[in-house]
Amino acid sequence: MSTEIVSKKIYFVIWASLMVLLFVTWGVAQFDLGLFNSLAALTIAIIKMLLVILYFMHVRYSSRLTWVFAGAGFLWLMIMITLTLSDYTTRGFVRPYNRVLSNWQDKNWNHLPGDKPMEPRPLP
Amino acid sequence: MNETEAVPVPAPAEVEENYLSAGHTVRSWLLTTDHKRIGLLYLFSIIFFFAIAAVAAAIMRLELLTPPGDLVLSATYNKLFTLHGVIMVWFFLIPSIPNVLGNFLIPMMIGARDVAFPKLNLLSWYLFMAGGLLALHAIIVGGVDTGWTFYTPYSSRYSNTHTVEMALGIFLSGFASILTGLNFIITVHEMRAPGLTWFRLPLFIWSHYATSLILVLATPVLAITLLLMMLERIWGLGIFDPRLGGDPVLFQHLFWFYSHPAVYIMILPSMAVVSELIPCFSRKRIFGYKFIAFASMAIAVLGFVVWGHHMFVSGQSVYAGMIFSILSFIVAIPSGIKVFNWTATLHRGSISFETPMLYALGFIGLFSLGGLTGLFLAALAVDVHVTDTYFVVAHFHYIMVGGTVLAFMGGIHFWWPKITGRMYPEKLGQLAALVTFIGFNLTFFPQFVMGYLGMPRRYHAYAPEFQIYHVLSTAGATILGVGYLLPVIYLLWSLRHGKKAGANPWGATGLEWQTPSPPPVHNFAEVPRVTGEPYDYSPQEEEKKAEDDHA
Repeated sequence: MSTEIVSKKIYFVIWASLMVLLFVTWGVAQFDLGLFNSLAALTIAIIKMLLVILYFMHVRYSSRLTWVFAGAGFLWLMIMITLTLSDYTTRGFVRPYNRVLSNWQDKNWNHLPGDKPMEPRPLP
Repeated sequence: MNETEAVPVPAPAEVEENYLSAGHTVRSWLLTTDHKRIGLLYLFSIIFFFAIAAVAAAIMRLELLTPPGDLVLSATYNKLFTLHGVIMVWFFLIPSIPNVLGNFLIPMMIGARDVAFPKLNLLSWYLFMAGGLLALHAIIVGGVDTGWTFYTPYSSRYSNTHTVEMALGIFLSGFASILTGLNFIITVHEMRAPGLTWFRLPLFIWSHYATSLILVLATPVLAITLLLMMLERIWGLGIFDPRLGGDPVLFQHLFWFYSHPAVYIMILPSMAVVSELIPCFSRKRIFGYKFIAFASMAIAVLGFVVWGHHMFVSGQSVYAGMIFSILSFIVAIPSGIKVFNWTATLHRGSISFETPMLYALGFIGLFSLGGLTGLFLAALAVDVHVTDTYFVVAHFHYIMVGGTVLAFMGGIHFWWPKITGRMYPEKLGQLAALVTFIGFNLTFFPQFVMGYLGMPRRYHAYAPEFQIYHVLSTAGATILGVGYLLPVIYLLWSLRHGKKAGANPWGATGLEWQTPSPPPVHNFAEVPRVTGEPYDYSPQEEEKKAEDDHA
């Protein structure tokens, strides 16, 4: 458990930084960055999150064990996101055996730009 | 035995009041911060909820005695299985061993006077009760028909029942879980007695530590998921409903990210109990202590990467299905390690068949069967065949009833003398354990067969060729009911008439047995200092003692 006392100045600096980042989020949203929209928003969000965890939640001044537990939270979040995306990003990998369904997917599913339409699989 | 250096025995005048006699008012119970009393508050609460869910199961089994739906309407049947699932999972199984036995025993097993945050512990019980009563209210005012899984968009859009209130009840009880998990983690880290290093801890503590990690890491995801479902239902926020741009499979991902590890929240504490019972009644040091300890941690971690096996037919991609299938096979390894280690502990042990041991042996058999049928379900192709059939119902009941409930009963009998200071009638205990085992198998084994033959779950009417299996199952449920009622009767009887138990009636190792029964308010007159290894049983000594007795 931390015994270090964080000065008020640091709290104000962090708070001001969070406010600045809030405006940066808003500012970035004014421009269409295409694929980088999400990347920019997520990067700013991660910086804000780290500031809160490290300073407001005192993790920076805490023991290594606290670091391990805080890190575990993120590791588990990554497990959840990665394995969920292993479904979402691979839904077109295996084509349905049924030709009607297969054709329907070709017609209706969203494809990323540059995706080539899949060849229908020959019926047995 | 965890050797201790001269625990001073207080003189009679100094003997502290035991935790039961320390106060007799309702207030002394409702405002207690004593971990032992909070454990008992949980015990009364979960028995209450268990009784409600058991009645729902009884009505379902009666309905299924005949092929047509002639006892309840199909809509009522939907509400019955939802009630049974929700109450059994969140208000009985999940809190059963950790919150009752864990609360009671963890501080004593590590030589502490209480958990790290006693007030938080009491708050946890109040949150649990608030959640439970909210869920109960939802049932009384009309019930919920979504099944315990709350799949969207049915729960968020179409169901006309009280899904929001029920989900809110579960949401609240989830916070009780988180607080308990947090409390246990910090208690184990910070409050171990001097000399009680990590590898001198009882395996009960290792398993509960692993369980607590799951509680803390997984339960928030359930809370968020149910909250999103509620927001979609109340305000039409498009998260899971395809009409609003949402994705129903996302709900399943998030729900099972919690709910599969929740199976390990139920089974790891059961393994904790069995790891205490087997060495005690084999009079032998546990085989492969470190393997069992690390297997608990491995189960806690691997349990988080297998959830997709609940979703093989959900529309999840085939590739993800293959990944989850392989990962699900891997999680069988640490479970297998535990079963082999318990069996190896029995080998050449001086085995006796007291009631707790009968439950523990029953656990090993039934958990193995439940686990092995889990491999069937982890295999993609077989799973497609048996999805949503009674095969799945039988499988998870072998884990949850054959596993968790049997271990819970074994644990309650084992620590009953410690909790109450009285012995229960042994012969009746053994009878109840056998009746439960027979009743359980008669109830659920036929369900494997009928499920494989194609009987779908969650239907109140069915094709006549399945009737024989349903009749067997209902007959088994009746016997199982007797197996549950018997202990309630004789344990209550023993409170007044049972033989007085000494501090250590089983001759067991572990710090909890080195304090009087029932324990004093602060557990130990003086903090014990541990100098020896756990499970220091010696069969040679037992054999010698038996020979001497014989001579």
